[in-house]
Amino acid sequence: MLTIDQLTNAIDGKAILKGLSLTINAGEIHAIMGPNGAGKSTLAYTLGGRPHYDVTGGTATFEGTDLFELEPHERAAAGLFLGFQYPVEIPGVSNLQFLRESLNSQKRARGEKELNGGEFIRLAKEKAGLLGLDMDMLKRPVNVGFSGGEKKRAEMVQMGILDPKLAILDETDSGLDIDALKVVGAGINAIMRKPDKAVLLITHYQRLLDYVKPDYVHVLAGGRIVKSGGAELALELEREGYAEVLAA
Amino acid sequence: MNALTLPTRKAEEWRYSDLDALATIWPVPAPTRIEVAAGEASHQHLLQDASDGAAAVHDYVITIADGARCDFHVLNIGGKLGRVTFDVTLGKGSHFELNGAIIGGGDQVLEIISSVTHAQPDATSGQTIRSILGQRATGSYLGSINVARDAQRTDAFQSVKAMLLDRTATANAKPELEIYADDVKCAHGATVGELDRQALFYMASRGMDPATAKTLLLKAFVAGVFDDVADEAVKAAFEAAAIGRLEALV
Repeated sequence: MLTIDQLTNAIDGKAILKGLSLTINAGEIHAIMGPNGAGKSTLAYTLGGRPHYDVTGGTATFEGTDLFELEPHERAAAGLFLGFQYPVEIPGVSNLQFLRESLNSQKRARGEKELNGGEFIRLAKEKAGLLGLDMDMLKRPVNVGFSGGEKKRAEMVQMGILDPKLAILDETDSGLDIDALKVVGAGINAIMRKPDKAVLLITHYQRLLDYVKPDYVHVLAGGRIVKSGGAELALELEREGYAEVLAA
Repeated sequence: MNALTLPTRKAEEWRYSDLDALATIWPVPAPTRIEVAAGEASHQHLLQDASDGAAAVHDYVITIADGARCDFHVLNIGGKLGRVTFDVTLGKGSHFELNGAIIGGGDQVLEIISSVTHAQPDATSGQTIRSILGQRATGSYLGSINVARDAQRTDAFQSVKAMLLDRTATANAKPELEIYADDVKCAHGATVGELDRQALFYMASRGMDPATAKTLLLKAFVAGVFDDVADEAVKAAFEAAAIGRLEALV
């Protein structure tokens, strides 16, 4: 589904990713862990197409298409979803308005029929229910006044409604208490654990991986993948720390 | 001053205007006079959507008698020069409310000029202006509040926010206070900003094309200006005109 080959990038001229390669197939859940400053968030933003995250070398092929040839909104329409570590607040724009415009923009881009008001509300209700989020929350402006946990739940409702092929979730577990972590983990499984979908989880900690079991775990350090393994690697990292595992 | 003499930019209220465009319609007609009788409420509105290249000047002189109120909604979007001015005098315990939006592009010069005089005690006034300017457009709000010596317990505010879509657009915001009474509450704020880049990327990451995302943010920015238009048909016409102008700009 996604093949990243020897990716290098720079932010304001400073090199962050230094030859990162990774292949994600349909039906797989991958976790990327790594110390602070390793380039985890940079990888997510670069794949999402955030301005100023300049690709300086290498390729990323998503479903046979050169990802870097696409604008950020075209990447979303192609089936990529980026979960934000810090979801952005948009005063004056309700979640429902935001999501309906997003979904219908994607549908227009793919030449599909747009959803009308009634169809959209039914879909939103179903997905909000999955994450235990009140419909009244969705009538409020995007992320404005939401707690950390509510923001992350709202992100997962967005993912449920937009129904992507590949979700790149950047520290979706940060700011969540134990109960919220369970709900969000269950949401990720319900929405994304399917044979035709894939997930790239970016996280500092092992705890989310108790709920969303990864098929592969990678360690990102110094701008490249330095170690890969199965779910047991995350436990080893948690036990030993990055320094120990990387030195071994 | 001879009313037939074209103003110059030396006069503060004409400093940012387009005098060449003004010359094409000079001298402008006498102002529209609105007198709101004691205890009455008056709802006024102006949709300034003059044709491309035209100049339009609308002057209002409004007198609000004791205990009366006047609500004025203005949408200023048309012409090469679109200028709307208010000269308001408030009686005892009266209220004036101005809600205005300016949306311009091209080489348009769009202006709202107000002079609100609190001549008597206990009057209140509020002015909310939102401007969206693209390309080489200039949008100006020059608003003075004058509180007379006897106008104790005056409560007045001015809230002015402008959004620039291009580096070549200009917003002028000049709230001004002249206060001679000592028991007075006057609040004013002015900001000039750009569309939030983080919000734009967030919206793009969800699949929204740039034009849809910008339009949604700009609608949110001017939302509220026409919320309390009493006549539903007028409100719908204002909203449609504002959205039409926005969509042409992004």
